[in-house]
Order: sequence, then structure tokens, then C-alpha cells
Amino acid sequence: MNMKIKGPAIKFGNNIDTDVILPGQFMTLVDSYELAKHALSGLDPAFPDKAKKGIIVVGGKNFGCGSSREQAPLALKYAGVKCVLAESFARIFFRNAINIGLPVIECKGIFNEVETGDEITVDFEAGKIENISKDKKFQVDKLPPFMLEILADGGLIENLRRRLNKK
Amino acid sequence: MNITEKMLAKASGKQVVYSGEIVDANVDMIMVHDLTGPLAVEAFKKIGVQKIWDNQKAVVILDHQVPAESVRAAELHKTMRQFAQDQKIRIYDVGRGGICHQVMPEKGHVVPGTVIVGADSHTCTYGAFGAFATGIGSTEAAAVFATGKIWLKVPEAIKINVTGEFQKYVTPKDLILSIIGRMGVDGATYKSTEFTGPTIKNMSIAGRMTLCNMAVEMGAKNGIIEPDETTRKFLEGRTSKALPNFESLKSDKDAVYERTIEFDVSKMEPQIACPSSVDNVKPVSEAGNVQIEQAFIGSCTNGRIEDLRLAAQVLKGKRVKDNVRALVIPASQEVYKQALNEGLLEIFTDAGAIVCGSACGPCLGGHIGLLAADEVCVSTSNRNFIGRMGSTKASVYLASPATVAASAVTGKITDPRKLEAKA
Repeated sequence: MNMKIKGPAIKFGNNIDTDVILPGQFMTLVDSYELAKHALSGLDPAFPDKAKKGIIVVGGKNFGCGSSREQAPLALKYAGVKCVLAESFARIFFRNAINIGLPVIECKGIFNEVETGDEITVDFEAGKIENISKDKKFQVDKLPPFMLEILADGGLIENLRRRLNKK
Repeated sequence: MNITEKMLAKASGKQVVYSGEIVDANVDMIMVHDLTGPLAVEAFKKIGVQKIWDNQKAVVILDHQVPAESVRAAELHKTMRQFAQDQKIRIYDVGRGGICHQVMPEKGHVVPGTVIVGADSHTCTYGAFGAFATGIGSTEAAAVFATGKIWLKVPEAIKINVTGEFQKYVTPKDLILSIIGRMGVDGATYKSTEFTGPTIKNMSIAGRMTLCNMAVEMGAKNGIIEPDETTRKFLEGRTSKALPNFESLKSDKDAVYERTIEFDVSKMEPQIACPSSVDNVKPVSEAGNVQIEQAFIGSCTNGRIEDLRLAAQVLKGKRVKDNVRALVIPASQEVYKQALNEGLLEIFTDAGAIVCGSACGPCLGGHIGLLAADEVCVSTSNRNFIGRMGSTKASVYLASPATVAASAVTGKITDPRKLEAKA
């Protein structure tokens, strides 16, 4: 995974739950690109179209609350979401996202400083986030090294394969 | 240390752990179901390990889309049956189990003091038995299959101390809705929620499960209740595993809590969570005039025999309102049979409710009992998010079995105490 990314923001509110990110009725889909067609369809059926070119999702508090369904971060990732930045995350979503190689970063204060369409850059290793459109910079707590390693490997499975083979 | 810290210390081979510390914990039991299992199986195959770390410590339960409602679901079930067979893992198939969080303790897979992970967010239910239990995703489940370990951040703990006796038709569900209403849906994010106090001591296992089940609805990592004689009685004859000394599973007097919150239930009214957030809670008496199209009694939150008895008590000799559909789903085959023996299913059927086979049902909007646009459902389940039970234009209210049953009779959201006063 590229440890520096850039893209336009699409902003959502507080408590974005995994049922609106990927509604239960699509849970039997097994292909990640099929899941992606329904990403965030609970809030905006046009989201997959908007995300196609590669975007950064910005959320408020408690992003990804609710169900443990990994189909939710998978749908976002394959719809074109490069990263999710939020004031805070629900814990299972946070772990799931890292585990499937979708970067997620808790960034205090970001919600009020970003509008949909703003150009954002994220440097994971440095913990730096910038809203270029509004000239706002954020320094965040860096992810622990083992999480960065999982992201760099592209997900927990790839990470585990590498580690188990090393032994 | 508090009870959660004690369990995580033991699981990671440490004398003591502190909140904020990341530990590598040994997993005592893992559960996956038909919607999270297939992704876990796919991920497990990619790791390149042939056999799971310990096939006595894993359970597969088919409960979400059972019996299969589509060819796609049938294929997923087939995947899970094959995996269980290949790995020699215990599987609870259609007609053999029921909802995973009911089946796990019923069949003795939940032991106090152990670390249990499940690929389902409501895995926190098992905290009712004094186990550390938390929900994980499919990929992480695959990693546990391969290694038997999981990294966990030791959570800060919130103590929720409950006193007072419930009034008639006020239940643990009303209590947990009230707690979530006060705490907010992110009020306990990453934290442990420990339920204590005389009301909890006197509470049935069913009620304790309802409380711990919904801990995740305020973002908690786990819900936890110290195991006691009530726990022992429930587990006796169900598990072949030796139970630990419960004295070692009590929080120390000097245990650290982020905060303590007090609840007195003695004057509590029946509560309801209004659309579309679980913390949008008010007394049922203040819900206003809300017409309903569907009433659902079931789920891992409120599908136990105690819940069905309460609903039957309200519905006995009454009829479900003409334009309302009432669904009753016992949480497991065991609960189903018990309800059958006690004559509860006859009461439901006579009232005009449909009794369905043990499964998750309409709770997650994937199987039966979905809602059309502009329809309203009052439900004993745990989530009322937009689109949770079908159409994104439908509304879901969450309440106790007594409130849902009373509402089914009148066709609008109704305080069960009022219905009784009228009768």
C-alpha cells in the first residue's frame, strides 16, 4: 500500500452505522466489487458512482458503529475509498478496516474543517493530514507500528502469511 | 484489577494488566455464523495453514439466513458445512441450534473467566456469564483460526451500578435502553461496561444476557457481570468443562473504573428507542400516537423463554390488531420446545401471530419479515438504524417483549401497563 495518498473528500455525519454502509440484505454477496455497488446505499445510492475515481471519506463521531460485518469496510474499499478519516470510530469497524487494508485514522477536529469536495492528503507514516483546499493541517497520533505493518502488507492475511513463513 | 482486566491478564500470561496496554491473548473459544463465516473461511484458506489451531475451540452456527432464503445463502451454508466437516468443528445446522448467542451458552460453549471471540458484534452477550467476550470481523476470525491468538487493548471500565426492584411489565430491556439513552451510542466506545448492584444480583440469566447483549450499542468492547450461583445453576449440566473458582472472577475492592454510573429501576417506566438511533430513548408513555404495521418478538436480545412468557402473558386471550403482523421467533430450538410445552405457541397462534423457526429473522433485514417503505415495526431486537429491517424509508422502534406484545394488540405503540388497566 502507498503510505501517502491524496483525493477529494466526501463527508458524512456522526454515528454512520454499518447497516447504512452495507445494508443486511446484501450480506450474501461474496464478490467485493458486487458489495461495492451497494456501499453507503443506506444514505446515498449514488455514492459508489461518486467514489469510483478514488475518494477519502470524512466522518464525525463513532464511524462504523453497529454490526461486525466486514462487508462494510470491504464495500467502501472496493467502491474506491482510499481512506476514512473520522473524529472517532466504533472499535470493530476500526479493526476490520485495518485488517482488510483500508486505512482509517482518528483525527480530532477534522469534521468541522472539511467539506465534500475538498482536496485532502494523508501521510500515514508521518501522521500528517492536510486539507489543501482550506489550507488546514492536522497532526494525528500515528498508528502503532504493527498496524502500519498490516496496512503496508495490504491486510492482516497478507501480514500473517509473511510472518508465518518467516518462522 | 477489575474482572475484565483479570481475565485478560490470565489469557495473556501476565500477573497484572493496565487499561490502555495491548496484550496478545489466547482465545478459549471462537464462533462464526453463516454471514461472517464464509469470508473467514476464504481468508483462512489464503493464510496457507491447513488445520485450525484447535478444533475443540471453534463453533459454527447457522442462524442469520436460515433456512436458506436464496440460492446465494444456500451456497454460503454449504461452504460452512464443508469447512466444519474438513476441520472437524462442531456445527449447529438448521433445526439443531438457533441464534448463535443463545446456542453458545445453552450448549455449554461459554465458560466464566474465558476469552471468547465471535464474528458477530453481539458476542458481548456472553459477558452475562462472567466471560470476556467481544465481537470481531471475519478476517480476524481467520487469523484466530490460524493462531489461536488475538491482540486486545485492555479497555478502561465503566461501572454501572443498578439498584431497586422492577415494577410489573418493566424489564431488563427497559433498563438497558434507559442506560443507552443516558450514555449515548458512543458513550462506552472501546470501554468495558461492568453491571453490578443488587438488581443485577437478583436478575435472571435471561435478563443479564439482554443487558450484556446491548453493551455494544453504546460502543462497548464488552459487557460483564460477575458470575454467581445463578450462573452456576444455568451452566450445570450444560458444559462438560470444569468451572473456575468464581471468587477469582470478582473485581477487587480497589479496582479502577473510569467512572461509575448509578441507576435506580424502582420508578422506571417501560422505555422505547425511537428511530433511527438506539440512544433516542424515552418512556413509552411519551412515544405519542404511533401506528404500527409489524411487531417482532425475538432476537438474541429478547427471544428467550422468559421473554416469550412475558409476551404470552400480555397476548393471552387477545387478538393481534387486524392490520398488524406479529412475528414470534424463539431464540433456539430449546426455547422453541419449551414454549411449545408451556402452551405459549398456542397462545401466540390463537392471537393471530405467526411463530417462525429459531433464527435471527427480521432483526437484520436479511431474511423474513422485511419492511416496506413507510412501514413501522416495534421490535424486541437491538438496532433501529435506517434500513435495518428492510426499506430505508421504514421505521423501527425498540422495546421490551411486554411493550411489543401490547402494541401488537392495539395496533399502536402502547405501554403494557395501560393495556392491562383497560382489560
